[in-house]
Amino acid sequence: MSTSTIERLVGAVPDPEIPVLTLADLGILRGVGEQGGRLVVQLTPTYSGCPAIDPIREEVRRVLDDAGYGEVEVKMVLAPAWTTDWITPAAREKLRAYGIAPPDPVTHGAGCGFMAAGPVRCPRCSSEDTRQISAFGSTPCQSQHACNACLEPFDRFKSI
Amino acid sequence: MSATVTDQDVAIYALRLGDDALVLSHRLAEWAASAPEIEEDIALTNIGLDLLGQARNLLTLAGAREGEGRDEDALAFGRNEREFSNVQLVEQPRGDFAATIARQLLFSVYQLPLYAELTGSADEDLAAIAAKAVKEVRYHRDHAAGWLLRLGDGTEESSRRMQDALDRIWPFHHELFETDELLDRLVAAGVAADPQVLHRSWLDGVVPLVEQATLRVPEDGMRRPTGGRAGRHGEALGHMLAEMQWLHRSEPGARW
Repeated sequence: MSTSTIERLVGAVPDPEIPVLTLADLGILRGVGEQGGRLVVQLTPTYSGCPAIDPIREEVRRVLDDAGYGEVEVKMVLAPAWTTDWITPAAREKLRAYGIAPPDPVTHGAGCGFMAAGPVRCPRCSSEDTRQISAFGSTPCQSQHACNACLEPFDRFKSI
Repeated sequence: MSATVTDQDVAIYALRLGDDALVLSHRLAEWAASAPEIEEDIALTNIGLDLLGQARNLLTLAGAREGEGRDEDALAFGRNEREFSNVQLVEQPRGDFAATIARQLLFSVYQLPLYAELTGSADEDLAAIAAKAVKEVRYHRDHAAGWLLRLGDGTEESSRRMQDALDRIWPFHHELFETDELLDRLVAAGVAADPQVLHRSWLDGVVPLVEQATLRVPEDGMRRPTGGRAGRHGEALGHMLAEMQWLHRSEPGARW
């Protein structure tokens, strides 16, 4: 078996909550290896309580089973902790086109929520005249915003 | 790691932190469909979800170190209230929105330096869990601080109720910074966060926010509820666990 083939297969699995992104786009695939004759895929969760992790685990097993790799172990690795900085530039563009404002680079110690610094650009009309409705959204990784220029509400991928 | 620290010690410590997160996550989940506005339904349950994830990681670690074959579910659903080691702060009934915000403020401003310190823990697993969690708790702290400012410096009614909530929950914060023989050893070995350091960070975090919200910092009185770490809890925890555990206990191994 070739590691790059497996990485390509697993990397192409879509995120169940934001299906426009794949596991490779998100940067949560940490590696592929073998342990005691069994294939081991290492993933890292985005948030401690991300509910997408279980369906992702199932999907990775299914995809590799379909490709003939048999019983596969999917292991969760916490360190180093995932950051939105690992989302690829191409994936940021995909997010924007999908209507979700991509995350800013993570600046440590910066506030968020009511104390957010810097403008968030509307993914539809590109205006910087936007406001945050809530720092929490439909998934753990998103916040809710609205554009004062085009009046549309939109989600944003939070920087962590 | 110092030879004086055993897997059993780490298990007890992880269970304490995990129980705090688990019990508070359940209290926050009680707000689903009951918050003052839909954004708060989403915010409070998202914060609860983060805490639940942290609890799962910590309980899993506790079970592994304990070495008796208990997984996260066995620990969450299979223990009685006397076996829970959470502080009494987190088990208090959720009260009104101001009470929830007051508790979130006191707890998130404690959890932030706790996890920040633990990212440097001599125990690699604790450090990994903390490095993940600390990013989440920043959002929890900002959420609580934002509401504290709006309610404290809002109307006469909101200010009165926010102050009242703060006064009521305040005595419970002392238990977060208690120490004991186990914690002393874990701190000396570089595994646990030093409660004295955490207490200083906590005061530096809470006091300016309360003042900025034009509220009064409550005075420390004689009443300092304690005993949660040793399994002594108020009546409210038993009721909460009854609701949380009944399905698992009546239908062991139940699945969707």
